[in-house]
Amino acid sequence: MQSKPIALTILDIVSVIVLGVSTYLALFFAPTEAVMGNVQRVFYFHVGTAWVGMVGFVLAAVSGIIYLITKDMKWDRIEVAAVEVSTMFFFLTIVLGSIWARPAWNTWWTWDPRLTTAAVTELIYVAYFMLRAGIEDPEKRARFGAVYTLLGGLSAPITFMVIRLFRTIHPVVIGGASAEAQGGFDMTADMRTTFFFALFAFTVLFVDFMWHRLRVGKLEEKVEQLKLKVSM
Amino acid sequence: MKTSAPSLLKATFAIVQKDLAAEFRSRELLSAMLVFSMLVILIFNFALELNIDARKSVTAGVLWTTFAFAGTLGLNRSMAVEKDRGCMDGLLLAPVDRSAIFFGKAISNLAFMLIVEAIVIPLYAMLYNETRIFQPEFLGVLLLGSIGYIAVGTLLSAMSVQTRTRDVLLPILLFPVAVPVLLASVKASGGIIANATFAEILTPLNLLIVYDVIFIAVSFMIFEFVVEE
Repeated sequence: MQSKPIALTILDIVSVIVLGVSTYLALFFAPTEAVMGNVQRVFYFHVGTAWVGMVGFVLAAVSGIIYLITKDMKWDRIEVAAVEVSTMFFFLTIVLGSIWARPAWNTWWTWDPRLTTAAVTELIYVAYFMLRAGIEDPEKRARFGAVYTLLGGLSAPITFMVIRLFRTIHPVVIGGASAEAQGGFDMTADMRTTFFFALFAFTVLFVDFMWHRLRVGKLEEKVEQLKLKVSM
Repeated sequence: MKTSAPSLLKATFAIVQKDLAAEFRSRELLSAMLVFSMLVILIFNFALELNIDARKSVTAGVLWTTFAFAGTLGLNRSMAVEKDRGCMDGLLLAPVDRSAIFFGKAISNLAFMLIVEAIVIPLYAMLYNETRIFQPEFLGVLLLGSIGYIAVGTLLSAMSVQTRTRDVLLPILLFPVAVPVLLASVKASGGIIANATFAEILTPLNLLIVYDVIFIAVSFMIFEFVVEE
């Protein structure tokens, strides 16, 4: 195991700085939204975490497919790292959304398509970890993990489409919103700056976490090999 | 594949025949699924206090929940039998395409589920005086939903029996992935019972067909990765 690369240390520092700046922008720089007031500020981090959550899940599904084709354990490490980091970010998205929904919709939770899809997706990835925990053989664990991320990645969009048949109140800030959406708003220029900076900040943070997790993944592999050596 | 290997169709039906023959001799899987289904309906009856008004809106939901639960029971058992007695290794050694094993297991699992449905539906109709569920459209949705559920279920049960936590794991793996099929089926069959127009049930029906096609294709393609040693 090589020592921590300098680039990673730099990235750590950059992540902290951009997250700090993003927090400042969201809390102080962005104008207060006219109808919802300060609670709307949750939006910047809500979309930021959701964005990297989605990126991670897509990355995981793609790495899963590449793993099944190449059988290179590197892709398995990327897949686990992506799922783990994204599951955490996605959980934050749900929590932040709930905090916003309480004053905006007057409820912590509603079975709206986006919320339901988010919850089901989160459950799929929790199941993914339970599946992996039940398999000792690293090669089989990687194979099953890849198959399951693939199934999860396919079923999530269909879940979204199916639940949309029921009804939606989730606002769509970018692009057209449905007539029933509650709590939508138009972004001013300053809001847009804050919004895109939050996306950028969380992307940096995501890359940083991924890097750390990949290093841990390598260590895990080494530990497993050492254990095998001892038991022999 | 090798030239001497039996055709895919022949191999598939050999596996289906084997499963059905074994089941009709022991009847352990079907009886377990049936008794379980009746127990679930019994529990729903008291948990939801299914009076006439409540029944109208929840019939599709109650039936689908029952079949989903009974389905996992059957899927688990059908794959566990293969694993426990080393039959899976025998099947894998046979000079047939792996997809024949998938289709064979999926078709026999589907047969078990349909048999259970064929017995539970009339019983439910009798118990609750609910004759609207005999519409051909309702039964068609039931078939489409079962196909999608069994396709993913067969793949995932082949995976879960190979893990340490086997029986516990299948529902946890299967339910979140099968959410679309269950919801679309409930929506479509609920609409049919409530005399909805065809346009209203068309969207869930389309999604159900899309799900079936995608998941049969994908399960068939990646089954090989699940059983290889």
